[in-house]
Amino acid sequence: MARELPYIVAINEAIHLEMERDDSVLFFGQNMATTENEPFVDAFGRDRVRVTPISETAEIGIAVGAALAGYRPVVELYMAEFMLVAMDQVVNEAPRFRYMSGGRVKVPLVLKAGYGFTAGWAGQHTGSIYGMFMGVPGLKVAVPATAADAKGLMATAIRDDNPVVYFHHYLLTLEHGEVPEGEHVVPFGEAAIRRSGGDVTVVAIGAMVGKALAAAETLAAEGIEVEVIDPRTLAPLDMPRILESVEKTGRLVLVDQATRHASASAVIAGEVADTAFGALKAPVKQVTALDATIAYSAPLEAALLPDEEKIAGAVREVVGSPTVAA
Amino acid sequence: MTQESGLDRVWVFTQMLRIREFEERVKRTFEEHPGVIRGHTHLADGAEASIVGSLAAIGEGDQVMATYRCHGYPIALGTPTTAIMAEIYGKKTGLCGGFGGSMHLVDVERGFLGTSGIVAQGIPHATGAAWAAQIRKQDQVVLCFFGDGASKQGAFHESLNIASVWKLPIVYVMENNGYNVHTRSAQEDANAAAGEPLAIKAKAYAMPGVTVDGGDPVAVHEVVSAAVARARGGDGPTLVESNVYRLSAHGNIIAPPGVPLHFPEHEAIEKFGAPEEYEAALRGDPVPRFRARLVEDGTLDAEHADRIADEVRAEMQAAVDFGIESDFPAPEEATNFVYA
Repeated sequence: MARELPYIVAINEAIHLEMERDDSVLFFGQNMATTENEPFVDAFGRDRVRVTPISETAEIGIAVGAALAGYRPVVELYMAEFMLVAMDQVVNEAPRFRYMSGGRVKVPLVLKAGYGFTAGWAGQHTGSIYGMFMGVPGLKVAVPATAADAKGLMATAIRDDNPVVYFHHYLLTLEHGEVPEGEHVVPFGEAAIRRSGGDVTVVAIGAMVGKALAAAETLAAEGIEVEVIDPRTLAPLDMPRILESVEKTGRLVLVDQATRHASASAVIAGEVADTAFGALKAPVKQVTALDATIAYSAPLEAALLPDEEKIAGAVREVVGSPTVAA
Repeated sequence: MTQESGLDRVWVFTQMLRIREFEERVKRTFEEHPGVIRGHTHLADGAEASIVGSLAAIGEGDQVMATYRCHGYPIALGTPTTAIMAEIYGKKTGLCGGFGGSMHLVDVERGFLGTSGIVAQGIPHATGAAWAAQIRKQDQVVLCFFGDGASKQGAFHESLNIASVWKLPIVYVMENNGYNVHTRSAQEDANAAAGEPLAIKAKAYAMPGVTVDGGDPVAVHEVVSAAVARARGGDGPTLVESNVYRLSAHGNIIAPPGVPLHFPEHEAIEKFGAPEEYEAALRGDPVPRFRARLVEDGTLDAEHADRIADEVRAEMQAAVDFGIESDFPAPEEATNFVYA
């Protein structure tokens, strides 16, 4: 049975279910569990659910240590940028230990990080910074775009034996979607086709999936059939499914809220150019944030970000483009 | 006492009122002009005495760095409130042209070097500015403001250590409001949990640590002045713990677009069901408290105090009007300041 739930509730439901299922799952972070009447404290007690000071290096480092010692910590980080305070732990500790030990240890932990809060949160709280993590070997990166995936990818993240950065999009927080009851697990590395179409492949990340679907609707009325793919995880990245679609349509538009030169979009474009160049009938187009810090003021912020109109424009451009010589 | 006798108490009272009225108008903007303020806004109400008492201890050429709760400092330093309000409204006439918003005010000409929105990360910046001051040898001092929550960050401890070893001309002013959002100090701070003042952290870095009533601008001024004198004299940093009570919630509600923003009740009420704690803080509100003191000791008569309040209200009404009437920046400016 599925029911409609907000994205954020779906995330919490997954953490709750996994904590019920496995006593080794811990949940902690700043400004949570500060009183006794909170659901996670109620259900699982103070051994497993704790509030921490504003100490990201220690929080994430403690998670690494607890993971090495046999637990499965989930760290509530709120803002993805708060990971940057503890970059060593995220990039150079958690994902390195298994490899450096020759496979003798594992570091199963989840860093729950909200991102993309482009609602006036200005320069230091709005980034879509998964690009700087998806290239770190040993680290997995999830970017749920729907409430159902928010639940299913969190369950998988907690069960995974590797460190996972779980990026939830702040603008999707209250978006409702159908979410299966009970156990619901979405495998990593399996992209979802959100809409089928034969003219152009659009790969969109996180909250951009919704914008791409809206643009696809507009374009369908113009006779352009767009296939919208949501990778769901960036590491691992389901290149086979993306390539299969590109082989079919011959055209690719990438939509990513990250700044272009640190985007998932740039990585996917490189992979497609490397392995499917012959299938392309037009240049790959990237619709990303401009390479700037996000401004506070609404018109400046909007100018920097992808939107439905920019996506539709890029699709029209690749459809109208001359064929690339084979 | 020489420091205190040099303190212009009417100026202090006026600045405290200006900060309070400004913050009240920011708060009211959420109701009066929904949607104009975006993102996350943090108010200084309750900390006015601490802010103004501290800033009264420095002079021309000295510098200040603070946190995302940053409206109060530039107001007291003389930045036009029209420009600050316009920034909070995202307008091109704003202090930073609408690029930074409420959390990132900067006014270099008045010694306000910049504000980080990330807890504690401004502390090393201020420490670096103090190093620059030490090199320049012009007797400049830096005031570094931050909250109690920041003292749980490595950046705090690393900076205080370096400042002490290098004897940097800096005063660390920790505004201890007892809460990190809705985490109480005793839940996250080893000293608070042990019943110790947070100023005791200074001991680890071989510098003086002083705790002061941050609701009393004269007491704050006295303590910070002594610390400034020590810093200027080449004897190194001091940690001042200034105890304040934040009279508004940590910030406005955190919500995606489409949900109207507002300021919720203070966490003592909203989270801990302790309205008596909040009401006690209101009874000790530093602004009316200082006014009563000045009227009582004859520094100010009631009529004069009211006149100041009227002028301040008119100033902040003008700031709101200016902010509302100003234009937004043009979209094509969005990539203007990526590089110098």
